[in-house]
Amino acid sequence: IYRMMQTIRRMELKADQLYKQKIIRGFCHLYDGQEACAVGIETGINLSDHLITAYRAHGYTLTRGGTVREIMAELTGRRGGIAKGKGGSMHMYTKHFYGGNGIVGAQVPLGAGVALACKYLGNNEICVCLYGDGAANQGQIFETYNMASLWKLPCIFICENNKYGMGTSVERASTSTHYFKKGDFIPGLRMDGMDVLCVREATKFAAEHCRSGKGPILMELQTYRYHGHSMSDPGISYRTREEIQEVRSKSDPISMLKDRMLSNNMASVEELKEIDVEVRKEIEEAAQFATTDPEPPLEDLCN
Amino acid sequence: MAATRLFLRASPVKCSLTGLTGGVHSSLGLTLLKLSPACTAKPQAQRRHAAHFTYHPEPAPSQYGPTQKMNLFQSVTSALDNTLAGDPTAVIFGEDVAFGGVFRCTVGLRDKYGKDRVFNTPLCEQGIVGFGIGAAAAGATAIAEIQFADYIYPAFDQIVNEAAKYRYRSGNMFDCGKLTIRSPWGCVGHGSIYHSQCPEAFFTHCPGIKIVVPRGPVQAKGLLLSCIADQNPCIFFEPKILYRAAVEQVPTEAYQIPLSQAEVLQEGSDLTLVAWGTQVHVLKEVAAMAQEKLGVSCELIDLRTILPWDTETVCKSVVKTGRLLISHEAPVTGGFAAEISSTVQTYESTWIFKFPPQPHKKVTARESKYLSLYFALF
Repeated sequence: IYRMMQTIRRMELKADQLYKQKIIRGFCHLYDGQEACAVGIETGINLSDHLITAYRAHGYTLTRGGTVREIMAELTGRRGGIAKGKGGSMHMYTKHFYGGNGIVGAQVPLGAGVALACKYLGNNEICVCLYGDGAANQGQIFETYNMASLWKLPCIFICENNKYGMGTSVERASTSTHYFKKGDFIPGLRMDGMDVLCVREATKFAAEHCRSGKGPILMELQTYRYHGHSMSDPGISYRTREEIQEVRSKSDPISMLKDRMLSNNMASVEELKEIDVEVRKEIEEAAQFATTDPEPPLEDLCN
Repeated sequence: MAATRLFLRASPVKCSLTGLTGGVHSSLGLTLLKLSPACTAKPQAQRRHAAHFTYHPEPAPSQYGPTQKMNLFQSVTSALDNTLAGDPTAVIFGEDVAFGGVFRCTVGLRDKYGKDRVFNTPLCEQGIVGFGIGAAAAGATAIAEIQFADYIYPAFDQIVNEAAKYRYRSGNMFDCGKLTIRSPWGCVGHGSIYHSQCPEAFFTHCPGIKIVVPRGPVQAKGLLLSCIADQNPCIFFEPKILYRAAVEQVPTEAYQIPLSQAEVLQEGSDLTLVAWGTQVHVLKEVAAMAQEKLGVSCELIDLRTILPWDTETVCKSVVKTGRLLISHEAPVTGGFAAEISSTVQTYESTWIFKFPPQPHKKVTARESKYLSLYFALF
């Protein structure tokens, strides 16, 4: 878990660097700060389960089976990328990971559809549908709640509440910021999304709930993103640097896990350092590949 | 990719070209018009195919009073400022408009006119337009912003089924003519599939609304003010690539440019070029190149209002030149060029041909979807 979170963190920071060097262009929505969500969720479900999210998807691409190489090559738009260089930051996919979706909220009904397929095929798989606090007010999400509940679809709705929908704080966007309650008749849980073990346990519980045929369930993960909404957003015009600093020092997901592991003697400082070094190496290699791999050929344009 | 339809009177060669990479480097695969060969640039890792057109500011209009240097987003702000000043019922709303908008089109308006006249909505396009229809029907001049034209589809039902049909189905008892929807539109170079779309063709299939696309700041302000004043719900698409790139002397007072009137920007005798928004500037360069390299005299028309469009100006021009080329950023199939070409064909058939008709030649090109990589071409 530690390695995975650290990998995501390093990968996102590398992406930030490459973007500023103009090697990555277009849109880039970074996930650093929210690692506990992706990793916690993945450890609570199986790889054979399904997951769909919005555009802040690099972390999920990794947890769902993508490699750092493929992800970075996709960001730089090369043929070695996970979507052959045609998708870019927002459109990454793996088996059982349906992206990577640009239009806010549009992925949620899709996720319910996948859940329906799971139920129909009777394969005991579930679908995790993620969306953010900004998307939580989209009409189609409420439509999906109703459908999922009516047909008892094995669907875990997860709202990653990072407190800001682009530049709008949750208080200014929503009458009720209790996103876990918005499912109305769908049971909802709210938890600290910075605590990876908490997320894992809750996901396990939710997955069990769905698999036992009880229908959908809603989870709200209270989390935080360090970067702005996207690379064109400095992230400090709607929140203070102090706020970001405070979260970094008090609730950073990786630090929290590290402290726990060290204080419970589950790992030594050296072991964790070793992981850090390995991760950095992996990211460097991936970045190297991403920068040198050729772009997709012109024929791919209309394929 | 820019889609271009080429028509020759009497020998209708219908060819849709998606290989157009931009003004100077475009290549039409016909022997008739051979512009410089396509710049099939060697795809080196660090090389970018840059969008290529230069914005040439138009001379300052003299009939509307004092002017000030403004770019496109500033000219939009100016139009909105004039509106809020002169019309106490006017309100502006949309995602993030309060702080000034993601493209700065509404900067300063909230401070000047108050938070009950310039306010943010949550992230809900269907709700924004539906709300706007209601506000307009109740008598407010409602100016809704959809943050990117790519996001307008959740509001499609509201626009097509509610806004467009309100007056008709209520027997003129109600209408939402005071509704104007503004939205950034078109390719910008790095927008990829969800920040670059040109959805005007979807809406042209809907009677009851008006669709307008300006080519620059002076045009934008005048056309936007006309849309706001118009007694029908209007959609105003603003070419986002021109927000900063297009700078002109724009009148500070309010003025209107009539809707449903195309403008002939350049007269010519051999070929009629039709475009709207950003492509007007691309075709300006094409026309210059055609003149210089081939001695071809092009007549360039900016359609301005897409629905209802000025059929007379375009058809008259084609009758004169005998050839028509329409270029738009939206995909080929079902793009508005299809409608224009079909109307021109029908119109033309009432005229006597000087040359014997020749068999149709059709050169089809492949549809291409938006790719983040090839966005550099814009």
